[in-house]
Amino acid sequence: MTDLILRTSTWLAASVTFVVLFSIIGYILINGVPYIQLSLFEFEYNTTNVSLMPAVITTIMTVGLSLAIAVPLGVFSAIYLVEYAKRGSRFVKLVRIMAETLSGIPSIIYGLFGLLFFVVWTGWGFSLLAGSCTLSIMILPLVMRTTEESLIAVPDSYREGSFGLGAGRLRTVFRIVIPSAAPGILAGVILAIGRIVGETAALIYTSGTVAQIPDTLLASGRTLAIHMYALSSEGLYSGQAYATAVILLVVVVGINTLSAFIAKRLTFKYDDQVE
Amino acid sequence: MRIVFTISALAAIIAVGLICVFLLVSGVPAIAEIGIREFLLGTDWSPTNNPPAFGILPMIFGSIYVTVGAIIFGMPIGILTAVFMARICPPSIYRFIKPAVDLLAGIPSVVYGFFGIVVLVPFVRNSFGGNGSSILAASMLLGIMILPTVISISETSIRAVPEELYEGAVALGASHERAVFGILVPAAKSGIMAAIVLGVGRAVGETMAVKMVAGNQALLRMPYEFLEGTRTLTANVVIEMGYAEGLHREALIATGVVLFVLIMGINLLFSLLKRRSEI
Repeated sequence: MTDLILRTSTWLAASVTFVVLFSIIGYILINGVPYIQLSLFEFEYNTTNVSLMPAVITTIMTVGLSLAIAVPLGVFSAIYLVEYAKRGSRFVKLVRIMAETLSGIPSIIYGLFGLLFFVVWTGWGFSLLAGSCTLSIMILPLVMRTTEESLIAVPDSYREGSFGLGAGRLRTVFRIVIPSAAPGILAGVILAIGRIVGETAALIYTSGTVAQIPDTLLASGRTLAIHMYALSSEGLYSGQAYATAVILLVVVVGINTLSAFIAKRLTFKYDDQVE
Repeated sequence: MRIVFTISALAAIIAVGLICVFLLVSGVPAIAEIGIREFLLGTDWSPTNNPPAFGILPMIFGSIYVTVGAIIFGMPIGILTAVFMARICPPSIYRFIKPAVDLLAGIPSVVYGFFGIVVLVPFVRNSFGGNGSSILAASMLLGIMILPTVISISETSIRAVPEELYEGAVALGASHERAVFGILVPAAKSGIMAAIVLGVGRAVGETMAVKMVAGNQALLRMPYEFLEGTRTLTANVVIEMGYAEGLHREALIATGVVLFVLIMGINLLFSLLKRRSEI
């Protein structure tokens, strides 16, 4: 009897999880899809079309800029930790702890820091640049960790083979290790894109909420998630808010699925070669 | 090139350093000016009054209420789902539920917030009365949002328990369910605790979704007033930062400092538990 209760309770809990997920996605899709119209994708935002196109373009710019800062920093520091530093040295430990600390900081704190440092202290104002710099710090630990994991996953025999053929450390890293680890690094980068696209709290006081495409790096602009937030808190355009939620949901879920797919391909690859 | 790599590795350290310095330098003077007792234990937050009052106790309680609420909703479902995924469910179902949990983790918080506004708030209003934007609505929403965190870490730690423990229990005559709940779950205790602590961290730090459904009145609430609105530390920052000036602005940054210290404590607890459970 107790067994049955225990077993049923786990089935129940799992169904609740399942139902919650599908009711969120279903509800938003059912209410949002009818509102997806061509006018949502016009290049100029105004209060009649409530276009999300400027937000989409701003999002792409933010993603590009944040990755341009965070990916080299993250990948290089992972290379240092895995390929250069003495394993278990004090410096390595410190870097790992700091990266872990960064990944635990909530996004509103990043927003606050971005406001104090990038917006006010550097004098950039609410701008694409300030927003992207803030986000690049936010995704740095993610890029670092996934790169580190995929570098560690590269079998040492690859490195030994490369050294044996007379290649130096740098050449080995860039010609052998990085290409083999590329799918894992890519999966991490794509996951980071997902986080950028879904982010609001860190951006609202750094890149601002102007609904136009920013024409310079120092102009303000709002990403899709902030656009969504603005629409739903204004409460005037509920149909368009649903439609924007659909687009946001589809984009973020698509990005995360792509990342998981690429990460899975990586594991298969090494298994094949070990056999 | 080595030097470039080393400098990149410094980036994380520099970032943490800058964040600490900028938050503390801009926030701590305000705490000193208001008075630490006044600030942390003051029950009145009226920054635009004359004279202004900067007591964040209502917000500290707000954060505690919604977090406890999130744990009440999210923990039982999360842990039971994790047990289900690790030990009960047939592989054919696992193939669906695993991606579903990942999907839940990937939904942006603003979409959760929107779902809260259009579904949970009316639901609370119609079934329990009141305004709808309430501690209850925020707790339910946060309970959903911490599910993927609680589930995936609990599942990993239940799976990490050595198979011999399970086999031993079954060999002594325990049924599958008894072995799972009587042996595996207690053995995975620290991992599950870590999952809950990380969930708490998520709930305390969540901003947008909470702000959208919690009502945001900066008033000290009692636990039985769960149908009334409340304001969390995070919401306090995000609501007023846009127009705050002078001491008000610094008080908001100081609110951020309190939040930061709180989160750092939670994360420290998490890493201690994680080390003990070795997941």
